[in-house]
Amino acid sequence: MLAQIKKKIKSSEIYKSIFRHGYEDTQRNRALMVVDNVFLHLHPVRVSRHAVNYGYTWGMGGISFLLFIILTITGVILMFYYRPAAEYAYEDMKYLMNDVPFGALIRNMHRWSAHLMVITVMLHMFRVFLTGSYKPPRQFNWVIGVILLLLTFLLSFTGYLLPWDQLAIWAVTVGTNMARATPFLGHQGPFGPELGMRPDNDIRFLLLGGTQVGPPALLRFYVLHCIFLPLVTAIFLAVHFWRVRKDGGISGPVPKKI
Amino acid sequence: MHNLLKILGNPDNFPIIILLFTVYGFFIYAMKKAKRNDERGVPYEADESDKVQVWPYLVRVEFIAAVAVMAFVLVWSIAFDAPLEEPANPTLTPNPSKAPWYFLGLQEMLVYFDPWIAGVLLPTLIIIGLMAIPYIDINPKGNGYYTFKERKWAITIFAFGFLVLWVLLIFVGTFFRGPGWNFFWPWEEWDPHKVVAITNVDLTELFGIPTHNPDGTLNPVASVLGGVFVIGYYAVLMPLGWFLLKKKLPDFAEKFGLTRYIITSYLLLTMIALPIKMILRWTLNVKYVWVTPWFNV
Ligand code: HEM
Repeated sequence: MLAQIKKKIKSSEIYKSIFRHGYEDTQRNRALMVVDNVFLHLHPVRVSRHAVNYGYTWGMGGISFLLFIILTITGVILMFYYRPAAEYAYEDMKYLMNDVPFGALIRNMHRWSAHLMVITVMLHMFRVFLTGSYKPPRQFNWVIGVILLLLTFLLSFTGYLLPWDQLAIWAVTVGTNMARATPFLGHQGPFGPELGMRPDNDIRFLLLGGTQVGPPALLRFYVLHCIFLPLVTAIFLAVHFWRVRKDGGISGPVPKKI
Repeated sequence: MHNLLKILGNPDNFPIIILLFTVYGFFIYAMKKAKRNDERGVPYEADESDKVQVWPYLVRVEFIAAVAVMAFVLVWSIAFDAPLEEPANPTLTPNPSKAPWYFLGLQEMLVYFDPWIAGVLLPTLIIIGLMAIPYIDINPKGNGYYTFKERKWAITIFAFGFLVLWVLLIFVGTFFRGPGWNFFWPWEEWDPHKVVAITNVDLTELFGIPTHNPDGTLNPVASVLGGVFVIGYYAVLMPLGWFLLKKKLPDFAEKFGLTRYIITSYLLLTMIALPIKMILRWTLNVKYVWVTPWFNV
């Protein structure tokens, strides 16, 4: 009876239009599993055996990407409850932590995944260095990687301000105070005053929309954190993954010449 | 002791513990693999260069890793709440104010350099330097497997920059810095009134040349001498290195080329300038090497 229903479903037009093939254990079918799937076809059909080994890649690139996805999903949920205005931001955080069902869990996951991603991206870079994987033909993918590293830091840093508590504004104050000292463009930097830089027109002012970390800075960091930086990161990630494949997949020793 | 527990108990510091264990742990692991490969001559990775199908062999490991990471994040998030302190108050500065942990290395550099160097110039050079690595390192060996023997210099320099100047400084910034960014042992109570006698002097003053005249204006002799130190550091060591290289390793120097050498040696000398300045501070209390009306180094 059940078997019959199962068979009926599996041979229906709807089922077949969604799942084009079953789990048949043949070489051909395994290849089709990858090629016919928009998510899996990021992969090649076959990879060398050492590339599957955790001991080689440490899995850190893939884990960084997974964390990026977790962050996107939890981030969207947080956005439902959070308003980037100085009078609401902190209250919304309190509300999230205390009253929203699973609010604290979502926020914790967002926070800890963000920290973890900074770590895994650094480890990924370290692995790529130690296996010499930036050597030809992968030089430019390393450069793209460095941009991704920078974007990861910026995402993390702009997000740090959003809870709008003491920890947030002072950590961001310490960070952005550096911008005051930018040569030529900051009002305390070398040759800044000579070029007419003041607290209210230098590069830090541009970044914060004010002379200190205030409501305009909150809005700016919010827009950067939730829209601009994730978008740019997604684009660079696409290029990064594309190039991993175009450069011949995961690096490995050149096969011995016979 | 109480203070150490407080630092360790701060949930925002937990990532630093993970960082320390994973970074140093992975480094030891990688060096073990490198040693095995080097001893054997042919890397073990080469034994596994035959192909396997992505479905199921790769998808399977990815799936396991994904489940493990999600479980880890979930447990961590159930166990520890993300911090939420008092509402933002621009008039109440906490002491110490620390940057997020991944920037503590930069904040630590502020002890030794002015913000335009520690906060702007060096971070920019770190990014540019990282991007330049594939174009600077022309050694074709060690591509796609763990090795130390074939890339001694590259690995030593990178490991020093990453493990010491980046990760270790983050560690110091977290555990050893208290109010006023003064040095405290991790088990020491943070005393906000700790006064550290400021006995720092400028390098030129060690040679008996005061930085400032009695009337408070800058002493041009000191300023010029400081400039000689800083510019001389590059102007002497860069050509010196080039001539040594050409003499000892002429083939390599030829392949490496002058442009690449200038960029590499500039980046390297700048990186080494950080520990040099740190040591000058610890041993001779040097504040600035070079004082000018516009900037200090
Ligand atoms: C958001 C951050 C990043 C993500 C999500 C990411 C993701 C990945 C993934 C999934 C791979 C496949 C191999 C592996 O998992 O190790 C990879 C390879 C690679 N990544 Fe990244 N990456 C990131 C940042 C970086 C950084 C910071 C660098 C270097 C500075 C870098 C350089 C490379 C290179 C050169 C490869 C090719 C490695 C090889 O063929 O062995 N990536 N990346």
